[in-house]
Amino acid sequence: MAATGAAATDLEVVRGKRAALFFATVVIVLGLPLWWKTTETYRAPLPYSQISGLNSLKLRLMVPVTVVFTQESVPLDDQEKLPFTVVHEREIPLKYKLKIKCRFQKAYRRALDHEEAALSLGNIQEAEAMLAEPSEQAEGSLTVYVISERCSLLPQDMMSYIGPKRMAVVRGITHREAFNIIGRRIIQVVQAMSLTEDVLAAALADHLPEDKWSSDKRRPLKSSLGYEITFSLLNPDPKSHDVHWDIEGAVQRYVQPFLSALSAAGNFSVDSQILYYAVLGVNPRFDSASSSYYLAAHSLPHVINPVESRLGSSAASLYPVLNFLLYVPELAHSPLYIQDKDGAPVATNAFHSPRWGGIMVNGHTVQSPEPKVQGQTDWVGEVRLLFGIAQPQLPPKCLFFGPKSEGIMTWELDRLLWARSVENLATATTTLTSLAQLLGKISNIVIKDDVASEVYRAVAAVQKAAEELSSGHLASAFAASQEAVTSSERAFFDPSLLHLLYFPDDQKFAIYIPLFLPMAVPILLSLFKIFLETRKSWKKPEKTD
Amino acid sequence: MVDTCFLSRGLTTLAGLLLLPFGSLAASQIEDQAEQFFRSGHTNNWAVLVCTSRFWFNYRHVANTLSVYRSVKRLGIPDSHIVLMLADDMACNPRNPKPATVYSHKNMELNVYGDDVEVDYRSYEVTVENFLRVLTGRIPSSTPRSKRLLSDDRSNILIYMTGHGGNGFLKFQDSEEITNIELADAFEQMWQKRRYNELLFIIDTCQGASMYERFYSPNIMALASSQVGEDSLSHQPDPAVGVHLMDRYTFYVLEFLEEINPASQTNMNDLFQVCPRSLCVSTPGHRTDLFQRDPKNVLITDFFGSVRKVEITTETISLQPDSGVVESSYKKDQMVEELMEPLKYAEQLPVAQIIHQRLCAYPDKLDSM
Repeated sequence: MAATGAAATDLEVVRGKRAALFFATVVIVLGLPLWWKTTETYRAPLPYSQISGLNSLKLRLMVPVTVVFTQESVPLDDQEKLPFTVVHEREIPLKYKLKIKCRFQKAYRRALDHEEAALSLGNIQEAEAMLAEPSEQAEGSLTVYVISERCSLLPQDMMSYIGPKRMAVVRGITHREAFNIIGRRIIQVVQAMSLTEDVLAAALADHLPEDKWSSDKRRPLKSSLGYEITFSLLNPDPKSHDVHWDIEGAVQRYVQPFLSALSAAGNFSVDSQILYYAVLGVNPRFDSASSSYYLAAHSLPHVINPVESRLGSSAASLYPVLNFLLYVPELAHSPLYIQDKDGAPVATNAFHSPRWGGIMVNGHTVQSPEPKVQGQTDWVGEVRLLFGIAQPQLPPKCLFFGPKSEGIMTWELDRLLWARSVENLATATTTLTSLAQLLGKISNIVIKDDVASEVYRAVAAVQKAAEELSSGHLASAFAASQEAVTSSERAFFDPSLLHLLYFPDDQKFAIYIPLFLPMAVPILLSLFKIFLETRKSWKKPEKTD
Repeated sequence: MVDTCFLSRGLTTLAGLLLLPFGSLAASQIEDQAEQFFRSGHTNNWAVLVCTSRFWFNYRHVANTLSVYRSVKRLGIPDSHIVLMLADDMACNPRNPKPATVYSHKNMELNVYGDDVEVDYRSYEVTVENFLRVLTGRIPSSTPRSKRLLSDDRSNILIYMTGHGGNGFLKFQDSEEITNIELADAFEQMWQKRRYNELLFIIDTCQGASMYERFYSPNIMALASSQVGEDSLSHQPDPAVGVHLMDRYTFYVLEFLEEINPASQTNMNDLFQVCPRSLCVSTPGHRTDLFQRDPKNVLITDFFGSVRKVEITTETISLQPDSGVVESSYKKDQMVEELMEPLKYAEQLPVAQIIHQRLCAYPDKLDSM
């Protein structure tokens, strides 16, 4: 009886052990992974390796240059060697993680008949007009014409000429080393018209680690898809002046041509308003020497803020806004001039604030309160400064007339597009890298599928832009870089990335312990008991021996 | 003897006079460089002012926030650059004996509500999620521009928070909390996207110093009204309004800020001395180890005011207008204007006729007139 009872309890014990082991296996093998999988944050797969590869991207900016030689420009035996291609590559020394190389690909060829005819005219403007007819140059490319040493197209002491439409003229030389010498002159001219180190340094000013305070002066507008330009007339004293402001005509005559020349760089929209009883926040001082009023240079920074709240610029659109104000001084404070730091009145009577806009004071006396039309040309100068279109650094002995009616030369637009493309690529790369870093640091962020597809699109656009830049297609490179920036910003700022609020560790324990502890304790205790008994049964055979 | 003395003295003075311009030039160059080095390099200022408590007895938190709002506006930051979040409406609260006012001094000396308060997030919109969305920029695209923090990498941001807090958390609307870890992570996200140049974080709650303990992003300076384990106390009750009007720390900060104008050169070290223990009962704390510049070179107006960098425009372009194409459309506009006749009002109410009719209808009235 006792033996069967003992056998029965043995069977019970064995069955109990097996049951405990089975529970434990189910919990560990099935339960734990299931719980882990269902409580992890969802992350769609992202191309982390490609994103880190973007940081070591080598950008090569290619400028295709066509060099056209007329008949007497170089010695005959050199002329036999045409056509061929020379490549001149240079690394831009910037302290930035992306290595940028600038490559000028010069394709030398002989001049065609109509080009010879055009270049033998007496006047450079006529020659230009004739040469520009056949084809429009693609963005980013340049053409240089080499004329003979004694040709009278340029004045005798001038060695080169830079025109407003991606065209330049350089004097040739009859010398043994003609191609080398001319090649150097061409490089000088072409560099003035396209990429130099400070164009790129200004574009990357926000990304370079060096002194951010020295780049105060060079603070161009950030690259954006579009800009909104607002013209405002401030009339603090409507009782005394009845100002007629023909803004529509001025916009059509001066502003629209300039903006349509710049249209490749973004969408521009223009609006205008008149504000009455809007005063400057600063009281002008009286200068008895010239019996006029003046605003000192150190009081100018305080002028903008009181006025800005009345401009209503922020309600209009999500694009960055450029405000241009024309202030007609009150009768009591007329005429009003702006003084610079040394106390001399400023000729333009205007000042600007980087990334905001500009203010011009109408310095006329009471008799002619009409705002000058010349104000619009000052406006073009201010916009060029705000966009970072600097005056070009010309090579020595170069003839240069400046922009004609649009206010901007086509190759200046190209420089802007290059700078913007590089800036866009830098911004997109930084955004994608910081997204990857954030995901590594904060483990609770959810990445949905559409965010992941935006990231893929951004990475592809960056790579495409780099490819297009190295093959010299500036327009498509700029478009690809804009798409890269838009996609990367959309991915980074997607509202769903904030979906999970964070749970501190003690709150996590507070939730899981009441659920898991009652279930885990019996299993663990029974496992422990099984383990002890098996150890005892191993030791027993030794003892009997 | 005397002659040589004079000669040597003359020579030294001559040498001194010759060296003076060089010395002053070098000194001014060094001064320029030094001044440039200590400037902060920001181009715009933003402010995010948050009051997190509701109910009438938390009047003082709304008054705190509105006082800081008022100072910040006075020193130059425009409304478009201020995100003001008030969790309850005290000015139009049914229990307010003086409607449309929020006072910060007893005897109703200073009404901080004013005429042009622009509250961006009000009442139940002030939640932890909205606050974090504003900071990190992850806002749904339908949000209006006034509710966004559109800062860039050259913005100095002032963040002021007030309400009821504890060790490591701040209570929002009596129903949820924001922890110091969440706040630190939000600042890190801002830093990764370069949404600020420098950040000043001020918090006026109980145990406020615990909220800035966990920050780890660079360029953040933090001030709190009390240390961990201490309570931040309120300043003065007003018998007419019936509640406490301000908290002590913000009251003394407001007093300090009233003396600042947009051109003043007061620095942050003075702000750290505001409200010592004798006046505040709690010990205000600050944290500057994450900040790159020395606080004594940081101007108050770097964060509380908005001074723009301006440059005189010296370059001009001379344009010849492209007269051919545009003149035609211009002339068309002019012609359209000339064709229209001058307008004049039609007689809306022929008064004389009406009186005449009435009088004729009632002839006896003529006698009485």
